[in-house]
Amino acid sequence: MNETTNKSTFFHSLRQSLVVTLILLLLCGFVFPVLLSGISVVIFPSQAGGSLVYAGGQAVGSATVGQDFAEPYFMKGRPSACNYNTYSLDEQGNPYYNDGSEFSGLRTGSDNYAPSNPALTERVEADIEAFLEANPDVKREDIPADLMTASGSGLDPHITPESARIQVPALAAASGLSEEELEQIVEANTEGKLFGIFGEETVNVLGVNLDIAHAMGLVGDVNK
Amino acid sequence: MLQLALTLILYLILVIPVGRYLYHIAAGKHTFADPVLDRVDGIIYKLSGVDPRKGMSWKQYAMALIGTNAVMMVLGYLILRIQSLPLLNPNGIEGMDPALAFNTIISFMTNTNLQHYAGESGLSYLSQMLVIIFMMFVSAASGYAACVAFIRGLAGKSKDNVGNFFADLVRITTRVLLPFSLAGGLLLVWQGVPQNFSENVVVQTLEGTYQVLAMGPVAALEIIKHLGTNGGGFFGANSATPMENPTVLSNLIELYSMMLLPGACVITFGKMVGDGRRQQQKNKTPENLLPAHREGITARLFGQEGRSIFLAMGILFLAGLSLCYWAEMQGNPALAEIGLSQAAGSMEGKEVRFGVAQSALFTTVTTSFTTGTVNNMHDTLTPLGGMVPLLQMMLNCVFGGKGVGLMNMILYAILAVFICGLMVGRTPEYLGKKIEGREMKLTALAIIIHPLLILSFSALAVATAAGQAGVTNPGFHGLSQVLYEYASSAANNGSGFEGLADNTLFWNITTGIVMFLGRYLPIVIQLAIAGSLMKKNYINESAGTLRTSTASFAVILVFVVYIFAALTFFPALALGPISEHLTLWG
Repeated sequence: MNETTNKSTFFHSLRQSLVVTLILLLLCGFVFPVLLSGISVVIFPSQAGGSLVYAGGQAVGSATVGQDFAEPYFMKGRPSACNYNTYSLDEQGNPYYNDGSEFSGLRTGSDNYAPSNPALTERVEADIEAFLEANPDVKREDIPADLMTASGSGLDPHITPESARIQVPALAAASGLSEEELEQIVEANTEGKLFGIFGEETVNVLGVNLDIAHAMGLVGDVNK
Repeated sequence: MLQLALTLILYLILVIPVGRYLYHIAAGKHTFADPVLDRVDGIIYKLSGVDPRKGMSWKQYAMALIGTNAVMMVLGYLILRIQSLPLLNPNGIEGMDPALAFNTIISFMTNTNLQHYAGESGLSYLSQMLVIIFMMFVSAASGYAACVAFIRGLAGKSKDNVGNFFADLVRITTRVLLPFSLAGGLLLVWQGVPQNFSENVVVQTLEGTYQVLAMGPVAALEIIKHLGTNGGGFFGANSATPMENPTVLSNLIELYSMMLLPGACVITFGKMVGDGRRQQQKNKTPENLLPAHREGITARLFGQEGRSIFLAMGILFLAGLSLCYWAEMQGNPALAEIGLSQAAGSMEGKEVRFGVAQSALFTTVTTSFTTGTVNNMHDTLTPLGGMVPLLQMMLNCVFGGKGVGLMNMILYAILAVFICGLMVGRTPEYLGKKIEGREMKLTALAIIIHPLLILSFSALAVATAAGQAGVTNPGFHGLSQVLYEYASSAANNGSGFEGLADNTLFWNITTGIVMFLGRYLPIVIQLAIAGSLMKKNYINESAGTLRTSTASFAVILVFVVYIFAALTFFPALALGPISEHLTLWG
């Protein structure tokens, strides 16, 4: 092989690399996501747009994403390292979390505390004490683990049915609704395992609170 | 327990047709979609000047792979640096800094998907599509192409032709990845994964506060992330977030997406090697012919040689899954001590909808099949539960990422026949070829690269202030965080003990180097081994030949893998997760 053919094979293979790259870039990086969006918006418009839920015609959250609740008459979700991206605005318009710290923009994730990290035990201990204070009827050993541990995403919309049930007496006292009514609301927002086998039983906290708010007359029609 | 068993049984049923389809594509056989896709491929070949019938030697193939990957990296790097342009960037994301872009581009081109940024704040939609989604397709297709070329070499139909890289790259993209992604993507949207190009939505909550909800083309990224065993999430918390993985059904879809194709690769291997064997038998004169023996059902479905490899991988996988599930069910004794019931297992860092079972399964799958996606935070796993993903990445051959895991397992198979050969004093053979000095040297080199990268860079990190600065958990767990990061990089996995503060110059550069070497060195060496084996003549099977298609060979293989791992990694594991376990339970 002489030098010119060597050179021309090099350029030939460079051309193949370049053009194949550009075609696949267009096909995989652009055509595919746009096509998927197009089909999704026709077949599954609500899901494609983030599964928003409405109360009185206003979007108040997403069916798949958890929220931070502070009012005593609302059910509480799990601890979140990013406060469920829920925030308030002070007089100057600066955003801050419910616990008073500064809002740091859209985030997901957990504190990533190792099981042996003392910071984990401290956080859980503080949360248990706060919970026992808000729910005086509950005994420490009856608190389910999921309610005092942070989720991986920081946005877990669910708690276990046990975690929902132990909150009912305190919720009844604060909301004025009867325990039976609250039990029914929990039941209505409980989802079983897939085919009775896969996954776990879950209660959607935002769903429960929407129903509580509706029953208390705080909001109009709920569309979940 | 029941849901784990059922999930795996369903997998065994699903993997067979997918393996058959993949084999037809790899061997250039007819498939039902040919009438349409032949035309699409034809246009691509014409535009780019590719002649799909023109075969390549292993060297040309490796050069084409590396050259094309290099072009893709340059292009992707440029896009990341200029992503602040107001083009598909409704959330006003800034450009990425050079060290982080260097790390990110290597990470995605090498199929690692280690993320030192958080997608929700670090990438525009344009980058998510043109860099991340694009690279998820082509890095998977590149790995698969390398594997197909490797198998062609071992199947030995020709003396020097391992196929055409560009044709393999295009065929796997248009015939497997794109159609599977479109179907799977729609299923994910149905389950509630967003797919749009709107800016993030701010809603006013029931309490009058505000919540910002993430939007974007999530489903498109989500499906190829798993199908291509990539693993990089749209969001920082990856498939733990309800936007990426809202239900247990979406979790199962994602699990199968990442499990099917690597398993199918093993079937492709079994069938292609079987074809080569049969062709060889035909060429023989009748008196030399081995007596025909009836093939059992599994041998026909997986191919004889594929079956023993699949079995060995299956054993390694089940061992990991059992340990992880058991460890997580034990809960965290530190929390039990302050009176929090651990009856439901360790729930810190896990989602309620997945619980311990689906989390342990996902954790073991994502590291065995080296995807790197997570549906729970691995940093928060119990010490032994967290050791399982670490170990699976250190083995790096339990199904493994697209194609690459199979190639690694074949190296262990070569090592296994060599060790057995030494014991009985015979020249070892594999797939009808003599294994000699050159192949053994290359195999040893390829196997040693992995632990060398992990252990030497971990040593560097714990010995320097810049490395130590990333460690966020105290005690033995800190070492686990470092080990995990480099194991994940070298295995091209991409999951992390995410507490590690890794977006620093030190971590970006060192993990970038490890990912690069961990990807391309083994691929080149493995292709060289195939290139060397295919030149050799077939030798006749004799009474002294170690049969590699049997269950006992699978067991030998498992032992070889574990012994090698114990010899190289045990000291490091003892100082990390095992010590943490002993202090926590002591």
